[in-house]
Amino acid sequence: MRKVYSKIQAISGNVITVTASGVRYGELAVVSSRHGESLAEVIRLSEEQVALQVFTGGRGISTGDEVRFLGHPMQISFSDNLLGRIFDGSGRPRDNGPALEENMIEIGGPSVNPSKRIIPRNMIRTNIPMIDLFNTLVESQKLPIFSVSGEPYNQLLARIAMQAEVDMIILGGIGLKYDDYLFFRDALEEGGAMSRTIFFVHTASDPIVESLLVPDVSLAVAERFALKGKKVLVLLTDMTNFADSMKEIAITMEQVPSNRGYPGDLYSQLAARYEKAVDFEGAGSITTLAATTMPGDDVTHPVPDNTGYITEGQYYLRGGRIEPFGSLSRLKQLVNDKTRPDHRALMDGMIKLYAAYKESLEKKSMGFRMADWDNKLLKYGEMFEEQMMDLSVNITLEEALERGWEILADCFEASETGLRTELLKQYWPRQEETA
Amino acid sequence: MTKGKVIGVNGNMISVRVDGEVALNEVGYVALGDKKLKSEVIRIQGDRAEMQVFEMTGGIGINEEVEFSGELLAVSVGPGLLGKVYDGLQNPLPELAERLGFFLDRGVYLEALESEQKWKFTPKVAVGDSVRQGDTVGTVPEGIFDHRVMVPFNFLGEYTVDWVADEGEYTVHEKVATVTDAKGGKHDLTMVFEWPVKRPIKVYSERLRPEEQMVTKVRLIDTFIPVALGGTYCIPGPFGAGKTVLQQITSRNAEVDIVIVAACGERAGEVVETLREFPELTDPRTGRTLMERTVIICNTSSMPVAAREASVYTAVTIAEYYRQMGLNVLLLADSTSRWAQAMREMSGRLEEIPGEEAFPAYLESVIAAFYERAGRVRLHDGNIGSVTIGGTVSPAGGNFEEPVTQATLKVVGAFHGLSRERSDARKYPAIDPLDSWSKYEGSVDYDATEYARDIVFRGNEVDQMMKVVGEEGTSLEDYVLYLKGEFVDSVYMQQNAFDEIDRSVSVERQRHIFAILMKILVTKFSVESKEEARHYFNELRQKFLDYNGTEWMSDDFKSLENELEQQISERASGADEHGEKLLKSLTTEHSNA
Repeated sequence: MRKVYSKIQAISGNVITVTASGVRYGELAVVSSRHGESLAEVIRLSEEQVALQVFTGGRGISTGDEVRFLGHPMQISFSDNLLGRIFDGSGRPRDNGPALEENMIEIGGPSVNPSKRIIPRNMIRTNIPMIDLFNTLVESQKLPIFSVSGEPYNQLLARIAMQAEVDMIILGGIGLKYDDYLFFRDALEEGGAMSRTIFFVHTASDPIVESLLVPDVSLAVAERFALKGKKVLVLLTDMTNFADSMKEIAITMEQVPSNRGYPGDLYSQLAARYEKAVDFEGAGSITTLAATTMPGDDVTHPVPDNTGYITEGQYYLRGGRIEPFGSLSRLKQLVNDKTRPDHRALMDGMIKLYAAYKESLEKKSMGFRMADWDNKLLKYGEMFEEQMMDLSVNITLEEALERGWEILADCFEASETGLRTELLKQYWPRQEETA
Repeated sequence: MTKGKVIGVNGNMISVRVDGEVALNEVGYVALGDKKLKSEVIRIQGDRAEMQVFEMTGGIGINEEVEFSGELLAVSVGPGLLGKVYDGLQNPLPELAERLGFFLDRGVYLEALESEQKWKFTPKVAVGDSVRQGDTVGTVPEGIFDHRVMVPFNFLGEYTVDWVADEGEYTVHEKVATVTDAKGGKHDLTMVFEWPVKRPIKVYSERLRPEEQMVTKVRLIDTFIPVALGGTYCIPGPFGAGKTVLQQITSRNAEVDIVIVAACGERAGEVVETLREFPELTDPRTGRTLMERTVIICNTSSMPVAAREASVYTAVTIAEYYRQMGLNVLLLADSTSRWAQAMREMSGRLEEIPGEEAFPAYLESVIAAFYERAGRVRLHDGNIGSVTIGGTVSPAGGNFEEPVTQATLKVVGAFHGLSRERSDARKYPAIDPLDSWSKYEGSVDYDATEYARDIVFRGNEVDQMMKVVGEEGTSLEDYVLYLKGEFVDSVYMQQNAFDEIDRSVSVERQRHIFAILMKILVTKFSVESKEEARHYFNELRQKFLDYNGTEWMSDDFKSLENELEQQISERASGADEHGEKLLKSLTTEHSNA
């Protein structure tokens, strides 16, 4: 029987200090107060002084409340029963279903041995042309979606969750607005994807400490499923909230802040989560997409900046569309030569023409005279934005390639596209023109 | 041995009450169940020592036992390092994977060198010979090198050889010689010994100026911003600008004997490419695989942060060890910012007074001391060896004004700054040719390269001006200058890493084609209009790019060169006087060489 301590010596923000012995670093405890029970985690040991981070926050905790140590670190149940369920950051059900307590696993395990990693090789289809065709998502990739608050990044994630060619989805919500949580739940239920999804949701009104657990819990469960051969897609939204929670705790703990108040280990903390993305040879894989809002649309803000150094490219969401410029899937070269012979060429060609369209657009807005070529580009740009970039476009890669050729043929002569003759011969929709 | 008890845990730092003597940077092991976690002493106050743990600290409790080793953090050096993949503490990762599977569990430390493997030993000393630290006792073949078995570097003073093994096959732990010190004490020597990573190896007679060029086969670097053997350089750049790709290209093509790759706190995915590809690629200089000349130290971003701090020291120590054999070693550290951040994390836990951006106040001196471990040296036997260090820097927000970039710039000999604009425009390598600099001498005459750089600079100015006043408002002369600047950039400074030929360009070829480039730059062309000038330069550029893609001195190469010369002379009408003089000295240098 573990001892119960009933003398809390200090309460500061979400961190309480008790005098106790035999406690281990990272161990969990239960704090019982008038307002109910809460889990807490040991975050500092100094002689007999034990500092704990209380998951539901320090508000209302009295110095006379009881602290009971559990003798194990944070754990989460792992089984197929998790599928279709919704939990909070500490693993308690949110959906009125039964609490799960069998087969508990630890979270935040060791990192994968780099020499066991393999070069990524499989594409993940999402039926979103701006991803499949222009910045292909690759199995085991980690990618953030950089966007400004207000952009439909959650809608985008929900669509990816419903359509992505994977075995299962784990959705980690961090500081999610309650409406957004309901939106995700309803969208996935309607889309019939609920049965292959697990939710770990921390909403904006939940205690801040729990948000720190969401990525670890999500990824620990993902890792176990991947080892069992499942292709798992982890969707995290929004990682900026995660970083902000870390900042809050760090300041409470009187850590020296490094950049705009964020703790000095922001990079390591983010990397430890993102690096969980992996392709296990002979088993499954983890692919991570993480919404990261950029405060003030500033990509040099510490959160997107550190994220950019960690991840393998990024998607920029602007004006409700995935921007072709700046967005980059650094692993796409590994897979887009195996899809269709025209994939790479069409991808480059269409983007170059879209860049030219932007220039013409600028010229037009400055009142310069529009040449014939400019008018062609303007027509092309509008069609491209409507039929490719719009997030409502929902077609397979093959259909997107066909549509790409159609758009080009509607706007240009074959020779104006800058594409190689052999490709034009094979794919140009109006063959009489190429002859 | 000294023992201690844990009295505090804070992140990856523990406080320990010790019962005896303890040294700064001494290694200790914290007991955790049946495991022992490696740690290093980083501060001592009375009987209280602060230690950084090289593993995750979850589960450590108060009163846990700590055993001190009496040794500083050290690496094992000896034959068999080449081709190995280590973590920051010299644990061989493939062997760990064999034992543990996918994950890096805590507290498992394996021997760095294979103890079973036999090496063919040839003695180089006789009984009665007098030897001192760093002297060669014998050699064993390792890949294409004769690996020297040396008197350990911590053997001070003179020793007499008492016994030496006959030629034959031995493992690294078998005795190969016995030496006697001045007081008559006997010491057995094996092929392997330990050296503390934080102490530079200084067993040489003098340090030389880095005068010889280190060829990277990247035109922009070798011609304009060269690196010297024994020199230092840094590559700062924002994310996505191609730092790591540039390091990978260098690790493949650099004309050195040995490359040490220190992947420090970066993505594991990037190391994987090197890991999987190097064993397949052939080193053109030796015909063996690239892996045989490479050592990889890999402590990726999700691995424990204290080991990350150690990893760059592990790497530089191995580099210095091979320098003692008269070899040229290149150390590529990617990225030194992650190393600096690891220092910042520890400094924060020690509650030191923070400097700029919370980096510790000693950041600059630590960075300087690290880069100073590079150098070209004359060994006691008269041979010359070198360690060249190239470090990437990942400045926050891509802003070079931050402390790590600035501290690095103070101590390095060359600066290869990557720019987001260039990488966005798909101009690779994305090194900014105007901002970057080098204090070393390159393959091409400095005045001539400056002449070319000046044209790029002025061409760029014209370009800026044209954005305001339009093409109409620019004179034809300025316009041609702009075209020339663009021309240098597109045919010489940019290089196609995916093209079989263009990806690595020998110095000989660089000199040759630079002369042709110079000719185009100094020539005054007779063109009537901007349209015509642009058309002419487009054709020249197409031809030059084709020429870059042909094999050196092949028939295609020669015929394209002729066509180029012809195209130039067709329109030539006089030349810039100063430039012509430079060109002449370039070409005479050629024929002399």
